[in-house]
Amino acid sequence: MERFNGARKKKWSVPALLATLALPTLAGAQELNSGDTAWMLTATALVLFMTIPGLALFYGGLVRVKNVLSVLMQCFALTAMVTLIWVLWGYSLAFDATGMQAGVTNINSFVGTFGKALLAGVGIDSLTGTIPETVFVCFQLTFAIITPALIVGAFAERMKFSAMLLFMALWSTLVYSPICHMAWAGVGGFFWDLGVLDFAGGTVVHINAGIAALVAALVLGKRQGYPRHPIPPHSLTLTVVGAGMLWVGWFGFNAGSAVAANGKAGMAMLVTQVATALAALTWMAVEWMKHGKPSVLGIVTGAVAGLVAITPASGSVGPMGAIAIGIAAGVLCFWGATSLKQKLGYDDSLDAFGVHGIGGITGALLTGIFADASLGGQGLAEGVSIGQQFGVQLISVVTTLVYSGVVSWILLKVVDGLVGLRVSDDEEARGLDISLHNEQGYFLES
Amino acid sequence: MKLLKCIVRPSALERVKEELGKLGVTGMTVSEVKGFGRQKGHKEVYRGAEYNIDFTPKLKIEIVVADEIADRVVGAVKVAAHSGNIGDGKIFVMPVEEVVRIRTGETGDAAI
Repeated sequence: MERFNGARKKKWSVPALLATLALPTLAGAQELNSGDTAWMLTATALVLFMTIPGLALFYGGLVRVKNVLSVLMQCFALTAMVTLIWVLWGYSLAFDATGMQAGVTNINSFVGTFGKALLAGVGIDSLTGTIPETVFVCFQLTFAIITPALIVGAFAERMKFSAMLLFMALWSTLVYSPICHMAWAGVGGFFWDLGVLDFAGGTVVHINAGIAALVAALVLGKRQGYPRHPIPPHSLTLTVVGAGMLWVGWFGFNAGSAVAANGKAGMAMLVTQVATALAALTWMAVEWMKHGKPSVLGIVTGAVAGLVAITPASGSVGPMGAIAIGIAAGVLCFWGATSLKQKLGYDDSLDAFGVHGIGGITGALLTGIFADASLGGQGLAEGVSIGQQFGVQLISVVTTLVYSGVVSWILLKVVDGLVGLRVSDDEEARGLDISLHNEQGYFLES
Repeated sequence: MKLLKCIVRPSALERVKEELGKLGVTGMTVSEVKGFGRQKGHKEVYRGAEYNIDFTPKLKIEIVVADEIADRVVGAVKVAAHSGNIGDGKIFVMPVEEVVRIRTGETGDAAI
């Protein structure tokens, strides 16, 4: 996400970059820019579209007929529930800047206070940078929605709906908001002060969701029959439609993270397109060589892997860096979703970790390399070497993996104790659509 | 009267229907079925996970005909559904004791 506060901008030395930035003044002291606002209204709608229906269809197509509605329901219900949490306290915990000071690490470096709970102080005239804070609240809300929705892929086809809601309410509050705060709340934030480059959410969204997904897959256990019996996707057509919506919506995600309609947003759009295309082609090529045929599921999964990996990098790299990141994402996520998963034997049903975890880590680390001007990037902060930036990126990756992994595990255990995580064997066999929702996705008889 | 149960490739249906029409066969019942014989199934790969799909989709065509034309009908199905490759299917022939047309109450050959 674009940084609003002046303190850190001084470190940036690249004139071209500076020229694209709004003048470095404190948030709130700027004037509303209608161009920026128009773009951010649009970007917000695009990112919401990524979850409903984009991700919902992408995931919905990948499960069996008897579970399609359960996945759509999970994505839709999360959209509604996270909205409520966000306005009650989520936004405050993520973005309230009370007690944050440059270079000072305190509790407020990790989480916001309740100062903006119930959106206190967010009125029609409040600004964030050059856009209304109301738009900023909504834009960030769409990120807070899609992140838990990504985790759905790991426990699809077997988790209780009530347990899912409870877990996600806790996860959004205790995991998403703090990691978001560390990265994006501004000067004094843990990642921010380290100089971590995470433009649109490599740590906040993808590694965060990816590791929680892996933990969820491990805690819940495998689906009945996995991996002895085939569990093929019921509609790759829906999956392709969903993947296409994700790709389009991602322009809001990455170019919107400039929080302005400027050159930085333009470059974010370009590198997003390039990295996604390269990852799609790479996955296709690797699969073609390894399994003899290029598959539709392969190319769309590759595209999503590329979108994930370019996310943290989209504010720092150039088109050539995007090519490298796309290729790396294609190869590594293919390995993550196929070899790694089979070797370790966990049932990450729709490869939430294999794509978002591995892709997020790949992107976050490579951002530290390809951000350098010598590799076509937009330049590292003054006096920072590639090695140092890589180290900083690594700290943010490990912090997210450990924090999200451990807290997710604890929350899952708590929820398991309270309501139980899994549906009964009988409900699982009948399918969640009938057993949890009294409906079926398709009723084709006349 | 004979009942023919023909398991054929889905792609053979139109040709079988045409050929049987030429022989004066006036009705048939078609169902979508799955199964395997010598053809076995096929392989599908989803994100690197290879599945052997043992059951292949086929159509089951059920036809009841008079004894006199049963052999010719079997021959026609055999020709129409033939591709020469493994998986063309099978025809089972069995005797039928009685046929009743529900609307009129006719029985026997007249009800076919």
